[in-house]
Amino acid sequence: MGGRITRDDVAHVARLARLRLTDDELERFTEQLGAILDHAADVAALDTTDVPPTAHPLPLRNVLRDDVVVAPLDRDEVLAQAPAVEDGRIRVPRIISEAP
Amino acid sequence: MTGASEIAGEVRSGSRRARDVVEEHLARIAGRESELHAFLTVMGDEARAAADAVDRVVASGGDPGPLAGVPVALKDNMCTRGVPTTCASRILEGWRPPYDATVVTRLRAAGAIVIGKTNLDEFAMGSSTENSAFGPTRNPHDRTRVPGGSSGGSAAAVAAGLVPVGLGSDTGGSIRQPAALCGVVGVKPTYGAVSRYGLIAFASSLDQIGPLASSVGDAAALLEAIGGHDPLDSTSIDAPAPQVTGGLNDGVEGLRVGIVRELMHEIDADVVARVEIAARALEKEGASVDEVSVPAAVHGLSAYYLIAPAEASSNLARYDGVRYGLRVDGEDITEMYNETRAEGFGPEVKRRIMLGTYALSAGYYDAYYGQAQRVRTLIIRDFDAAYADHDLLLAPTAPTTAFALGAKTDNPLTMYLSDVCTIPSNLAGHPAISVPYGTGDDGLPVGVQLLAPALGEPVMFRAAAALERSLT
Repeated sequence: MGGRITRDDVAHVARLARLRLTDDELERFTEQLGAILDHAADVAALDTTDVPPTAHPLPLRNVLRDDVVVAPLDRDEVLAQAPAVEDGRIRVPRIISEAP
Repeated sequence: MTGASEIAGEVRSGSRRARDVVEEHLARIAGRESELHAFLTVMGDEARAAADAVDRVVASGGDPGPLAGVPVALKDNMCTRGVPTTCASRILEGWRPPYDATVVTRLRAAGAIVIGKTNLDEFAMGSSTENSAFGPTRNPHDRTRVPGGSSGGSAAAVAAGLVPVGLGSDTGGSIRQPAALCGVVGVKPTYGAVSRYGLIAFASSLDQIGPLASSVGDAAALLEAIGGHDPLDSTSIDAPAPQVTGGLNDGVEGLRVGIVRELMHEIDADVVARVEIAARALEKEGASVDEVSVPAAVHGLSAYYLIAPAEASSNLARYDGVRYGLRVDGEDITEMYNETRAEGFGPEVKRRIMLGTYALSAGYYDAYYGQAQRVRTLIIRDFDAAYADHDLLLAPTAPTTAFALGAKTDNPLTMYLSDVCTIPSNLAGHPAISVPYGTGDDGLPVGVQLLAPALGEPVMFRAAAALERSLT
């Protein structure tokens, strides 16, 4: 697993998580995540050969409902909660950059 | 303090109006709220209207439901249609959900009155309610202390008598630990026993809604009202609610109870002493008590702090400023995401998103997240072995009594250690209950915890009721 988590690792993870961090936060999280991961080292070091992972406590698979029409959420009520709306749709800033 | 059962009895018989019950509790909330800050929203108008509706049913000779007129406080991570639901986060400030959580629908169907939304650690991430974006809740027993968390608002509201009962959510101990620190009963049901539809997700394989109450009987009545299969939650167990009120007086004769050795280490001596006194009380009532080992439980905390943040980092990806809640505008959509999340989330939520994203990222997934999931299997196996010759397990709920505000905010790890005794049940999906059992050397409440295998609620409540009786 290499060494302790670095400031560059933290900056990379912040980009993956779509989270702008200040320099101060980068500094603090590098230290704190390092301490938390040190604590987790005992788990990382356990021999778990042949132990299957548990993703979920219930043995559930493919839970389906009957194929019947039910009332959806109220459209106006849902749109009323959106930060920006235009013509009955949610408005967002530009997604794709303009052609060069 | 009148309990939920007494209130429901009086309202159902017509000897007391639900409206009067609600007015009385609204007045209590108004009297204590400024010092405790247990609530984020008090639903005065809605509660009065709901109470009047209950009174009309009673007047017309109808059945107003088993919890008629009982005021209930909801942790503010459960959706209430048209009423702000914040998760104690700036990112959801002012959001009004377009639907009710299933527990809300069921409470109302039972005649209960939702009276307000209570404070919590932001997105239920914390053990002291200090991570709320809207300021901490204080412990009613000592206002310089925390109420525990993350369901600290509901626990404090019940402890102060502002409501007879409340709902919390428990991902790693967030119902039981604040119940212990505030001196009330707190229950984490079996995973899947109570619908999570409309519970804002933190860690989906661990989250479970459950009751907080001033007595075991009230907690049992509340669990029966909210539990049972819900087609709107695909992880809901396809069975009726656990039946727990009927056996409360059946006693513990012949039950085999094991004190979990691994959960008695690094616990304050005065807390350990209360667990031992509880064990003797169960023995006196006819249970046999011995010590039992759940070896992998010592790895619970580390596994939890990889699994829960990993699931949280995925669940909280939805807060992007697009459809609801806070939006901070940007030049393009990525900048909008980055800025919205930077401004909307508090430090602990950011820390867990970062930790979880790291644990799931390329090159680390198997070493951290995958390994934690395998340890989860080991914990389940060790519990299964313990339950092969035990009906219930006994442990402390929290390592200490309520700690001072600010005592653990600078060091996340010390805060995380508050959950060391409660986390194993979440990882296994098992039920557990915290019962207030006297006080520590500082005079503050101590909770003892009874753990049961999946769907073991009936026996767990029986023993909890016996413990409660042993104190009087």
